[in-house]
Amino acid sequence: MSTFTVNGRTHRFDGDPETPLLWYLRDIAGLTGTKFGCGMALCGACTVHLDGQAVRSCVTPMASVEGRTITTIEGLSPDGSHPVQAAWRELNVAQCGYCQGGQIMQAATLLKATPKPTDKEIDAAMAGNICRCGTYPRIRAAIKRAAQRS
Amino acid sequence: MHALDRLALANVTRRGFLRGVAAGAFVLAVRVSPPALAEEKKYGGDAMSGGLKDDPRIFLSIAVDGSVTLLCNRAEMGQGVRTSWAMVVADELEADLARVKVLQAPGDETRYGNQNTDGSRSMRHHFEPLRRIGAAARRMLEEEAAARWGVAVSQVSAENHEVVHGPSGRRVGFGALALGAAGRPVPAREALVLKTPDRFRYIGRDDIALVDNDDITTGKAVYGIDARIEGVAYAVVARPPVYGGRVKRFDAAKALKVPGVLKVVQIDAPAIPSAFQPLGGVAVVAENTFAAIKGRSLLDIEWDDGPNASYDSAQYRRTLESAAGKPGKVVRNNGNAQAALASAAKRIEATYYIPHLAHAPMEPPTATARVTAGGCELWCSVQNPEAIRADLAARFKLPRDKVVVHPLLLGGGFGRKSKPDFASEAAILSHAMQGRPVKLTFTREDDLQNGFLHTVSVERLEAGLDAAGKPLAWLHRTVAPTIQALFVPNAAHEGPFELGMGAVDMPFAIANVRVENPQAAAHTRVGWFRSVSNIPHAFAIQGFVAELAAAAGRDPKDYLLELLGPDRLIDPAALSDAWAYGEDPKRYPFDTGRLRCVIEKAASEAGWGRKLPRGRGLGIAAHRSFVAYTAVTVEVAVGADGQLSIPRVDIAFDCGAVVNPDRVRAQLEGAVVWGVSLATVGEISFKAGRVVQSNFHDYPVARIDAAPAQIRTHLVVPTGYGEPLGGVGEPGLPPVAPALTNAIYAATGKRIRALPIGDQLAR
Repeated sequence: MSTFTVNGRTHRFDGDPETPLLWYLRDIAGLTGTKFGCGMALCGACTVHLDGQAVRSCVTPMASVEGRTITTIEGLSPDGSHPVQAAWRELNVAQCGYCQGGQIMQAATLLKATPKPTDKEIDAAMAGNICRCGTYPRIRAAIKRAAQRS
Repeated sequence: MHALDRLALANVTRRGFLRGVAAGAFVLAVRVSPPALAEEKKYGGDAMSGGLKDDPRIFLSIAVDGSVTLLCNRAEMGQGVRTSWAMVVADELEADLARVKVLQAPGDETRYGNQNTDGSRSMRHHFEPLRRIGAAARRMLEEEAAARWGVAVSQVSAENHEVVHGPSGRRVGFGALALGAAGRPVPAREALVLKTPDRFRYIGRDDIALVDNDDITTGKAVYGIDARIEGVAYAVVARPPVYGGRVKRFDAAKALKVPGVLKVVQIDAPAIPSAFQPLGGVAVVAENTFAAIKGRSLLDIEWDDGPNASYDSAQYRRTLESAAGKPGKVVRNNGNAQAALASAAKRIEATYYIPHLAHAPMEPPTATARVTAGGCELWCSVQNPEAIRADLAARFKLPRDKVVVHPLLLGGGFGRKSKPDFASEAAILSHAMQGRPVKLTFTREDDLQNGFLHTVSVERLEAGLDAAGKPLAWLHRTVAPTIQALFVPNAAHEGPFELGMGAVDMPFAIANVRVENPQAAAHTRVGWFRSVSNIPHAFAIQGFVAELAAAAGRDPKDYLLELLGPDRLIDPAALSDAWAYGEDPKRYPFDTGRLRCVIEKAASEAGWGRKLPRGRGLGIAAHRSFVAYTAVTVEVAVGADGQLSIPRVDIAFDCGAVVNPDRVRAQLEGAVVWGVSLATVGEISFKAGRVVQSNFHDYPVARIDAAPAQIRTHLVVPTGYGEPLGGVGEPGLPPVAPALTNAIYAATGKRIRALPIGDQLAR
């Protein structure tokens, strides 16, 4: 049995400790904002915050979450008002939107560590997050807009 | 509450659902066979299964509080259709867009008209019906208000969610009118008065927020993979690694010991060609996806690989090249190309290659099904809900109306999700689980290794130039497995819908043109992929034009414009294009003037001809597809080590009237990134019949650090909304790769004739 918090609530899990956090969140906790894309930490669609750091939940086993604090896209802000979320809406970044939860979670940690990132820093921080629709130019622009706000 | 909707429900008729069953699961077969003998040939949306519907009672409801609900009958996969639908209807309805909620219509083409969301058709076909839906409902509201006030309907008009009586200034909200309006007859199509464009409030505006923005940015948006059905079990399938293979024997003992694994189910392999059928194999059903994946990894399966066991893509490339070296089926012939080639002052020949590609939508194929004796219910991300309804009705011997499909958001489609094999699998497994709902998920490995790939192609081009470098003859041999091989045994020639994607409908003013299509056998499933055959045809033709320009010592842009010749309208039939995107050739001739305009626009915006530093180059390419016109200029920078970067892309686009410019720009931006991706790194290869790649580490796609630093979109918009609309989702893509490789030539003198570029620039 491991105990941890997700979006401020206490969760308990006593299943297969190899189970990736991704599938716990999606299939067991019902938090489907965290997406499956590759299962190998190659695409970033499953990005969540683990103790404030962006991690790929698809390769984060449940054995490692005891006592940890997890935030998913559903819990990034109480009302969707995080500067990154707001910038994403203002610039209509999304096309299909599937990867955008992971992109937003990644961008939020980027801005926390680097409040005014350059294009190079944005590309470096976001290169682990694939968007097949090709929204990259707007992602760059939205990160810059959010940076002006925060 | 939803007065119009309630009324509409009472009027539902299910005529015709039985008729559909006989047509079988393969609605798309309609696209690849000649049209049935008909009194009058139909075009556009009228020719699509289910046709077009414009009865407001089917799509619109207005609640007594005034909130408007619009049913969207096309799949949302990132093209923004839900937002654009709302814009058009709200505009003609004179509704406040903020009070319009968009819901997805269930799959039912009899009721909602055609729902097969592919071919860049949604707005092109539905713009006029959507306007009529809004205008008819507006008229019904106006008539209701006039009747209440006892005034002539000519004295009232709808304005921003109210109906206003001009002379008295009286106003009444839509909500208060809804119930009464719903009981009024729907005005005849001929009686409708559509707005003039100067009165549009939303159509054409560049600042409309996506209707799904809030949900997407907070993780609440529900995609096919997110369906949460009470009691659901989760499944993955081990499918034959070779197309046409089957299970010889398997042992599930270890898999069944994994905690959470419920059942192991063998799925029969289909006959080949297998159309959209599941490939068969062994499924593992479990209490969560991870347990299913873990169980599958412990299956011990011996496969019979079948007739494609030796498919090897490197070898197959040589087979295609050899076929391209010999004459093949003549699919267009003007003048005498052979004689003109023989007498030419100079002959230029080049051969181009593009490998198989996988769509790899970020949401892999996924579906949840519940199949019981009484019916079947599906929650899934499919581009063509009616295709899966037809499949399941036939499979489980159910009337069509007992197959209910709830289309959810698609996490990307790109053509992959027009093939609903994955939804069939979910239903087969729910049936095997005695009606327990089952969510079937393709892992990324499944997606890449058991997909419906973009074809593999060799394009050989030869031209004979006169002393001034002007082509007298054009010989194009296009060789690629056809999508028809999914349906027709041993189909080996491209169909009209493939040849008409840039090969035969080549518009250049050249006297002697011959296009040939030698045979190519399919050894894997080849399917529709964003822009389809336009990708190889445009890559080869636009690359070759640049090669001819170089041979003639001319500027590539000037040479391209000269080849295009004087502005003229070309009947597709004159190009031996029997398909013409299914559109009326009179409404949609090939307008070379429009292609010229986008070429000039892209060139001028890019500063064509400007001096560039060493290692930089500008390339240009243009192409008409999906009855829209695109030109692209790419600026590349190639470092001393061969490192490629793209400082800037300018894409000029003419798709006729533009409804939602922001989404058109988004599609163009996406097309540029998609084009860069396939040009630089995209490749699926085969060894021993098996796909070599397995996930994004060995099937790379463009990431943010490979995306152009700047993508500038330029919409070349015609004067009015009377112009027929063109496609948007696909036509941006085809010229991207050749513009990029032409830029690389300009920067380095190196011709890239085979994609992906990969390490070809490494020094």
